[in-house]
Amino acid sequence: MAITTTAPAKRYSNSTYRTIRRVRTFGLYVSVTAVLVYMLFPYYWAIVSSTKSGQALYQFSLLPSLDFGNYWQLFHNPVFMGALVNSGLVAFASTMISLVIGILAAYALGRLQFSPGRIILIAVLMISIFPQVVVLSGMFEVIGWLRLYNRPSALIVSYLILTLPFTTWILTSFIRDLPTELEEAALIDGCSRLRVLTHVLLPLMGPAIASTGLLSFILAWNEFLFALTFILTDENRTVPVAIGLLTGSSRYEYPFGQIMAASVTVTLPLLVLVLIFQRKIVAGLTSGAVKG
Amino acid sequence: MSAAEKMQRQQNRTAWLFLLPLIIALVGVAIWPLARSIFFSFTDAFLDAPANYGFVGIDNFIAVAEDPVFWRAVKNTLFFTVISVGAETLLGLAIALLLHRAFVGRGIVRAAILVPWAMPMVVSTRIWEWMLNDQFGLVNKLLVTLGLVEKGIAWTAEPSLILHTVIFIDVWVTTPFMVLLILAGLQLIPEEIYEAAEVSGVPHWKRFWSITLPLATPAIGVAMLFRTLDALRMFDLSYVLAANNENTMTMSIYARDQLISFQDLGLGSAASTWVFMIIGLIAIVIVGVLRLDRTTG
Repeated sequence: MAITTTAPAKRYSNSTYRTIRRVRTFGLYVSVTAVLVYMLFPYYWAIVSSTKSGQALYQFSLLPSLDFGNYWQLFHNPVFMGALVNSGLVAFASTMISLVIGILAAYALGRLQFSPGRIILIAVLMISIFPQVVVLSGMFEVIGWLRLYNRPSALIVSYLILTLPFTTWILTSFIRDLPTELEEAALIDGCSRLRVLTHVLLPLMGPAIASTGLLSFILAWNEFLFALTFILTDENRTVPVAIGLLTGSSRYEYPFGQIMAASVTVTLPLLVLVLIFQRKIVAGLTSGAVKG
Repeated sequence: MSAAEKMQRQQNRTAWLFLLPLIIALVGVAIWPLARSIFFSFTDAFLDAPANYGFVGIDNFIAVAEDPVFWRAVKNTLFFTVISVGAETLLGLAIALLLHRAFVGRGIVRAAILVPWAMPMVVSTRIWEWMLNDQFGLVNKLLVTLGLVEKGIAWTAEPSLILHTVIFIDVWVTTPFMVLLILAGLQLIPEEIYEAAEVSGVPHWKRFWSITLPLATPAIGVAMLFRTLDALRMFDLSYVLAANNENTMTMSIYARDQLISFQDLGLGSAASTWVFMIIGLIAIVIVGVLRLDRTTG
């Protein structure tokens, strides 16, 4: 318990202190519960609603009703399943490319004595805070030149503007935190820089790479603006756009049950991964910001 | 040439080699597209035939500046940014202070608050859209049952409410990020300072004002900077909730609308260049303020 061990000068009786302590502890747990409800209830409500259809959807029971009709419909919807595959491919490919390029760059920026490094790092940070819409027309042209318009691979290319600065920045701060002794020994033994990176540093960076990769995957998986703009036809869409464009025939006929089922489906894998890698993610997110 | 110079030169060459893929990629997907966008904003090109253009000087910039809808979007974006970043900071600070204390299950709670942050913005928007639905939403049901309102409020349709609803959803989504960054800042404060203060009988509120807040300020400042720049470019939340409704239209939506819906490459590029300049100016001001803060404080 957080109750302090060094007691201040006594002014009340012991039982009064005990009461104060109890009230404080009670207040703490009530506040924590309130925070949890605020943060988690909407997702819980989405799960509850996704298992209801027809009239049951409007009956406000707090328990799920175990009717998986919405999910059955969703998994037999070729557009949604296609979008799921597209999202997975796009996010995976852009993450992999960013990790490879990012690790190489992070080694140069984090380890080598190299004066333009600082300027490059600042440029990378500035690109990561670019509003996406600012590069939209230029990106349109690039996608056109590469003949990728309306193809999922257009997104792999354009997402590099999001994932690459991010992975470079975080991996640089991870590499700076690693001890240098092993590398120096390897360099004295005549190892090349690339060999040092692949054989000495990479094995140490496993957890860092996993969490950076996961964050970059989330970034790409959740992206909306480029996916909305560079993809025209339903079969090439990604999940966020598919969900964003899912509407009924009128405002009053929203297929809410299905939208909730889709929402739960695309979020569940992310949440499981985030909860597993929680510590590493927090470390990655904050190391970039607090030190920078 | 001395051996040390030779080594430094070799190291420079290696560094450039390692950085080459990054530089090529970023020039390709960021710097070149940015340059082309700025270039197009001085032309009258259309999206269907971008090669076919003439120069029109700063006409496009003037046209955007004379469009009241653009200024509406700027106003919406600034209002959204100021209110939501402010609310997130206060709420984030409060939750971070709470989670900084020791209690049973703290690890699980810290993990659980990541849930809203990890979701796609589109999904969060859809879930809240459902909860706030005027007829079938849980929130209105609750309000009606408690007798606070006669009939459901149209949170996502009523023009005077919709921007506030957008802010409310954004606060829910991004507060976890704030909490994490502020919590990281709080953890850097050495415990001994508090012990010393407690022994000297400094009251709780004073410990907060004179120890916690000043020492957590750098972390809060950085978190606010990140969030502000992120809020200024907001697109998906407003777009999913209300498409190009003028009440919630942000600068990003306006610029994309000119470019895609009206196929006007020149005007759209000028609008996005305006966005770039506005956000750039705000960024410079904030970074300047933070620097000033650090040197004087």
